[in-house]
Amino acid sequence: MSITLNDYKDIVGESVIHQLEQLAAPLKGLKVVHVNSTKLGGGVAEILNKLIPLKQSLGLECEWEVVTGESDFYHCTKGFHNGLQGNSVNISQDLLKIYEKTNEENAQKLHDKLKEADIVFIHDPQPAMLLKYTPDRKGKWLWRCHIDVSKPYRPVWKYLKQHVEGYDASIFSLADFAQPLPHTQYLISPSIDPLAEKNIELSDREVKETCRSYGIDTDSPMMIQVSRFDRFKDPLGVIEAYKLAKKFQPRLQLVLAGGGADDDPEGEAVLREVQKAAQGEKDIKILLLPPDAHRIINALQRGSDIILQKSVKEGFGLTVTEALWKSKPVIGGDTGGIKLQVINHHTGFLVNSPEGAALRIRYLYHNRDKMIEMGKEGKEFVRENFLITRHLREYLTLMHAMLKPEGKDRIVL
Amino acid sequence: MSLTEKHPFRIKDCALVAVATGKKAHNIRELKENLQIITPGSIYFHFWGILLRPRFLDREYNNDFATWVKSSIHDHVLAEKLAVIDPTDYKNMEELRKEVAEIIEERLDEDEWISWIKPTRPFYFMDSHIVVFDTGFEIDRPEQLLDIIPKMSEGSIYYHFIDARKRTDGSIDDFRAWLEGFNGKYSELMEDIATLDPYFVSLTHLKEQLVCIFSKYFERGKK
Repeated sequence: MSITLNDYKDIVGESVIHQLEQLAAPLKGLKVVHVNSTKLGGGVAEILNKLIPLKQSLGLECEWEVVTGESDFYHCTKGFHNGLQGNSVNISQDLLKIYEKTNEENAQKLHDKLKEADIVFIHDPQPAMLLKYTPDRKGKWLWRCHIDVSKPYRPVWKYLKQHVEGYDASIFSLADFAQPLPHTQYLISPSIDPLAEKNIELSDREVKETCRSYGIDTDSPMMIQVSRFDRFKDPLGVIEAYKLAKKFQPRLQLVLAGGGADDDPEGEAVLREVQKAAQGEKDIKILLLPPDAHRIINALQRGSDIILQKSVKEGFGLTVTEALWKSKPVIGGDTGGIKLQVINHHTGFLVNSPEGAALRIRYLYHNRDKMIEMGKEGKEFVRENFLITRHLREYLTLMHAMLKPEGKDRIVL
Repeated sequence: MSLTEKHPFRIKDCALVAVATGKKAHNIRELKENLQIITPGSIYFHFWGILLRPRFLDREYNNDFATWVKSSIHDHVLAEKLAVIDPTDYKNMEELRKEVAEIIEERLDEDEWISWIKPTRPFYFMDSHIVVFDTGFEIDRPEQLLDIIPKMSEGSIYYHFIDARKRTDGSIDDFRAWLEGFNGKYSELMEDIATLDPYFVSLTHLKEQLVCIFSKYFERGKK
């Protein structure tokens, strides 16, 4: 059974739902197209999976399209991703040609839909060139960047900038990520869906059974980091922190749960590095889960005492939002959107090194009341700020702003 | 025609989306320089708009400038001076802009080396686009607010209680502005509403406080 907007009433209150309906009413029938590069894996696909049906239920004619390409296309766009997050990468001219050609082919395939749409949202760099290859477009086009581009590797940004500056507006997750561009740059944080399988309440029995099925001792302390096997998520740093903390918590278990995404060709290499670092550590479980293992991830997060997200670069960090929603304290890297969610001593701790993470792990295990207190604060913080209903409201507001006459910052409907 | 028929209260709502201005400050001097050239909307955002943005509730200060000076520059004196600014004391954003700039200038005169302090994080100047819309609800008797307020969204509370302060004569909220039209009949209720400080609580909590004030007032009236 599909979820409707009314199903969120119990979580966010009736007034929130009513507000969304009123805000959406003048936009009924608007043709909206979202384009990204994968339907499975990663935060972007998860958000679109939820946002699009809700926009449809509000009367918008909303569609989701995916660009496809050969493996070289994804190698190129992974290079963009790494470069935008600040890594020095060398992307060959041959790969750039494949990127451009793939975008041209996809633009041809999607031409009629893109041309006719009133508003088009292009997510991340993969489909960014669709704009160039849709010269007869009628609507407003927005580039939605989910990546931390606060300090990009300049040659990569210089190349991509020429393809995104022609958009009518762009959207970034945080002010720190916005880059000089000749159009309006909106700031919208992503969100989680409290009714998604990954976030719904589970019985204690299910949580324990799931944990046990992966060899986890549910009577011993446990922490988890859920993320792709990606160097920016610093899984090796997590293992180091765990080893330091284990001296003080001998029964401590660590779970590193992740999976690949269709558009991430580096995952396997990083996984091998992680397996090597964890060799001989019987209490470290490395789980390679399929992209639809949402309920399992939910149970593993709920079975943990502490949730880690020790990224060294992070777009927003939806795994942090998920953790807070499950009333867990989070130890997170002092970067990107994690800074917006992890408030020291309130919802968790920001750390800058494996040593810092280990110290906070020890602190929390010695102050279990604090874990509970932080968990409560974190859940309410997410309820007020990072649920899908807030995200939807900002998208609707933005659509009104895009359709308004130029130059007005207050639109009266 | 009675006064109430002449002055119906129409419930409106609003939603905000933040916009990056591309301007940032890496020290106090840059903060002051950018303050002089940013849009009035950006000043509005950093004093008021933040209440409609994702934020952690435990806010020590009521505007972004004071919060940044405290948390990133660590100059507590300047942070306190900026925090005490009540934006409703100023006729418009230009006057408010001058006041903020003057306070910073004064502090720089007192202690020039402050301008050399490197912040832990830069200050990002932001602006916003606000959409205002009609909810279709209209009331003509103050006791009807008892039923209406619990149904109002956070955006609606923001519009009538916060945003109103820059739209109304005397920089007050819409509830008091409307109640004024009843020739002093609700002056006690207006005093109760005036005790609410909107800067340190969430809009949800503010709504609860308003409900409590209206409930108590009309309960007293029944006795």
